[in-house]
Amino acid sequence: MKMMKKTLLAASVAAIASSAAMANVSDGKVKIGVLADMGGVYADICGQGCVTATQMAVEDFGGEVLGMPIEVVSADDQLKPDVGSAIVRKWVENEQVDAVGGLVSSAVVGAATKVLTDAKKIALISTAASNAFTTKACSPYNVHWTYNVAALANGTVKPMVEAGKKKWFFITADYAFGHALEGVASKVINDNGGEVVGVARAPLSTTDFSSYILQAQSSGADVVALANAGNDTVNALKAAAEFGLTDMMDVAGLLVFTPNAQAMDANVAGGMRTTTGFYWDYDDKTREWSERFMARHGSIPAMGHAGAYSMTMHYLKAIEAAGTDDSDAVIKKMKEMKPDDFFSRNATLRADGRMVHDMYYVEIKKPDERRDSNDIMRVVSVIPGDQAYAPMLPECNFK
Amino acid sequence: MVTFLGINLFGLFGQLLVGLINGSFYALLSLGLAIIFGLLKIINFAQGAMYMLGAFAAWLALQYMGINYWAALIIVPLAVGLVGVLMERFLIRPIANEDHLYSLLLTFGFALMLQGIFTHMYGSSGLSYSIPEALRGGTKLPFMYLPDYRAWIICASVVVCGLTWWMIEKTKLGAYLRAGTENPQLMQAFGINVPLIVTLTFGFGVGLAGLAGVMAAPIYSVSPDMGSNLLIVVFAIVVIGGMGSIGGAILTGLGMGVIEGLTKYFYPEASNTVIFLVMVIVLLLKPAGLFGKEA
Repeated sequence: MKMMKKTLLAASVAAIASSAAMANVSDGKVKIGVLADMGGVYADICGQGCVTATQMAVEDFGGEVLGMPIEVVSADDQLKPDVGSAIVRKWVENEQVDAVGGLVSSAVVGAATKVLTDAKKIALISTAASNAFTTKACSPYNVHWTYNVAALANGTVKPMVEAGKKKWFFITADYAFGHALEGVASKVINDNGGEVVGVARAPLSTTDFSSYILQAQSSGADVVALANAGNDTVNALKAAAEFGLTDMMDVAGLLVFTPNAQAMDANVAGGMRTTTGFYWDYDDKTREWSERFMARHGSIPAMGHAGAYSMTMHYLKAIEAAGTDDSDAVIKKMKEMKPDDFFSRNATLRADGRMVHDMYYVEIKKPDERRDSNDIMRVVSVIPGDQAYAPMLPECNFK
Repeated sequence: MVTFLGINLFGLFGQLLVGLINGSFYALLSLGLAIIFGLLKIINFAQGAMYMLGAFAAWLALQYMGINYWAALIIVPLAVGLVGVLMERFLIRPIANEDHLYSLLLTFGFALMLQGIFTHMYGSSGLSYSIPEALRGGTKLPFMYLPDYRAWIICASVVVCGLTWWMIEKTKLGAYLRAGTENPQLMQAFGINVPLIVTLTFGFGVGLAGLAGVMAAPIYSVSPDMGSNLLIVVFAIVVIGGMGSIGGAILTGLGMGVIEGLTKYFYPEASNTVIFLVMVIVLLLKPAGLFGKEA
């Protein structure tokens, strides 16, 4: 009995001593979940690489915040919304996860953010393209960092329409992401005096695009826009070159991640222009980080990797500034503080959760312009964030 | 522009030709499967992975050994065929007397493993393989531009399919094979080594998938999941053509390419389901398949 009293006393002293921090950081640690596509079509774009980038941010931050350790856990969403939301539910309900990063496929992210908002936990969206998370599905707990379909359309489509390319033909991936991208891009075309002369909606993972290329050829368009991603873009572009389309009209890849650009034949893709949120070889700051990432991951970073790092860093800084890991206080701080690092240039995190930052209008290099296999793109111009992103909707103003 | 009933005829001809090109590709792929699935009655779900293996082997051979496309056309199918031989001998034969489901599960697992290994080693975004110098460029037809490489695919596919059909249907070797799969005990009694024939035939069918992989490498993204996208379509083609019918698989492959091409023109959203729609209709009306001899 005496023994027990002693232990109890010691325990309460220890508890009081650490309570200053304990009161502010739930469960004695900050835990970040990374939900990504580990083995599917987007694995190179945000799979293990997003986990590595998040871990790098945690290490660079010092491994702890407010005196408490930071832990990173990860899981494979298998590109399935039900799998992704089940993992997120388990994380926030049973495993004390405070925020979830990664977040690749728009369909999975749509399901995951619902669970996170219900649990009042923060979604750190790095790679999803849809603009829904800060518009029609906006939430006070959503943070959308790297890019979205609006920025892609404004970045790539607008300069081409203004340069006199008025008639457009779309080859669109036939699911939510493709439709969103086609919709936003069509609006940009119409608003700037151009017109959409035809659309072919190809099922996801189409192997042979030659039929669609023929349709585009006979449409009389000035530009063929590829509103798809990953291998669909690669296969469409291969067919476009093979059937001589690239000699007749321009091809615009609306979403080209660096790993995909690397996978394209430089003879075919060289000269094509697109918009990205990040390019590793832009300046010394991007190179410094990218080389560290390369040493760890083995390949150059895609924009979502850099975004995941930058966003995690900002999240941790906000916890420190807020003095707590409570989601409401942290998100308020995140929106007050200006993100500023190698990735986030002239950046603000708006009240709707949209991180507005400089985007890059890039051109894929031709074979003779490349010094090595990582030298893929050239930055043509920097697009200021307020020109790339659409204005905030009043109903999404979460002050 | 020539139109008929509001349809751009030139556009339609173009789509028909593209359909025929894709069809000849399907024919080549379904031929290997028709031999394995139709004759040997082995449900080989690794056929798509073997096609992927063929494309990767062509890329690796060029990258690391300087073996060009033309040499790869010979070497790669042999190498992939050898993988098939080993697979039949050591994985499939031990369970040959079990239910067909066992070989389905085994080959499916094998395919997933191969796909996983390649994703791990080469990533998911694919590799690029250029069209060989001699086949770059194309011919301007009145209604479309026909790339030389696609013309080559049609020719090569017709030759390979024709030779295979002739070998199985018209030669003594083919007769042994057909008899050996229909009544193995009787053939064994005649002193024919049926297990060896089965192994070699399996290897041949798998080698054809490897060949298709090499031919696909220059025009499609060489990626780990390239085979899994095609596999189910090719199975459907074999079922539509009729189990055990080599000619049926070839003709159905061509036909389905054309039907799919037309769907891409009139209603692209349905282009990856139209083949299964045809399969359902055929199975309802003629369960043995269009050219099948048995139900």
